[in-house]
Amino acid sequence: MPLHPAGREALLAALEDGWADPQRLYSQARRARQLLDAARGFFSDFLGVPASQVTFTANGTAAVQAAVLGALAARRRFGATLVHSTIEHSSVLHCAAQHVRGGGKAVPVGVDRLGRIDLDEWTETVKEPGVALAALISASHEVGTVQPVELAADACGEVPLLVDASMSAGLGEVPGKWSYLTASARKWGGPAGVGVLAIRKGARWVSPWPDGAREADLPSVVAAAAALHAVREEAAEQAKRLSALIDRIRVGVARNVPDVEVVGDPVDRLPHLVTFSCLYVDGEALLHALDRRGFAVSSGSSCTSSTLQPSHVLAAMGALTHGNIRICLHRDTLESDVDRFLAELPGIVRELRAEVGM
Amino acid sequence: MIELDCRGQRCPLPVIELARSIGSVEIGGVVRILADDPAAAVDIPAWCRMRGHEYAGSPAAATYDVKRLA
Repeated sequence: MPLHPAGREALLAALEDGWADPQRLYSQARRARQLLDAARGFFSDFLGVPASQVTFTANGTAAVQAAVLGALAARRRFGATLVHSTIEHSSVLHCAAQHVRGGGKAVPVGVDRLGRIDLDEWTETVKEPGVALAALISASHEVGTVQPVELAADACGEVPLLVDASMSAGLGEVPGKWSYLTASARKWGGPAGVGVLAIRKGARWVSPWPDGAREADLPSVVAAAAALHAVREEAAEQAKRLSALIDRIRVGVARNVPDVEVVGDPVDRLPHLVTFSCLYVDGEALLHALDRRGFAVSSGSSCTSSTLQPSHVLAAMGALTHGNIRICLHRDTLESDVDRFLAELPGIVRELRAEVGM
Repeated sequence: MIELDCRGQRCPLPVIELARSIGSVEIGGVVRILADDPAAAVDIPAWCRMRGHEYAGSPAAATYDVKRLA
């Protein structure tokens, strides 16, 4: 998502005004400290935790790593099991893999065809003895399905829940029940190099990093807060507008492209994201064909991934993984962009299929 | 039963081969696909669901059976 204009403005201003080390005592350093405190105060109000419970990290992945590793370390005496959905962000899955390599246990909980967590399985799994932490993404960054976080949190009882709310923080609804919350600023139009970790008062956590670890770049943190503030100001209006455009894409793609699967929950979803897969089409070729026409889209197909593995989210849902395209709309997306996309897509897919004789 | 050797092929090629070959077995007949692309494990059952055929399971690693229903 492009940087929100308010984020850009704040970033440039903070480069001028917030260049100093906020831990020093000279005037410019105190000014930098004020800017950092204001940003922390914003997230404190937004997430409903004391400012002292908000930490900024170098990116969203680092926030997740700090949350997972820090919570597991602090809860060691309760057990060594990490419960997580199969559709968590890869940063959670990588932490789980490391935890297992270190002798811990990770138990994945599956989702249904729409990408919704299996609540019965979740409830049973988190109640097993020895669960140190449970992790559930607020809404899938790949397919948009919103998770029933409240119900999952209730099922957790005394087991603390980590919610990665990166996709919900901007235009979605941020869940209220969690012990640890992480988010990545780039997902709401903030700069790429900022992650946020919020920890509820009373939730056990120790920093997994050695003493002296520094927070994220100060001007970027200021910009992340300014961007989110601006996005939330216009969120109701934008969410309504973009959600109608997503509906139009969901219906238009299904109607005008044969042998296509539109993925994810059609109703309980993020307002600005849609994913679909086209049979017999190479995802990378489709992505490049769209890029040539000015559409910047992503794909969960294996051919577009550095590991040559298909998206673990699509796989967990049993959704078709080849010919996959993910569209994320933002405040600059026009209705006419969507119309042009829907007009051009069927021909592009037809041509790509013709190339392979389908 | 016919067998398609799609080992070494990347998705969507095994699925394309499957679509081309399904008509060459009787209704109720089985096509066996050998495919080692990891995406095939998801995409072959998904193809069956989208095209109205029955995914008959994976009897061995990188091996998938599809029953023609229509």
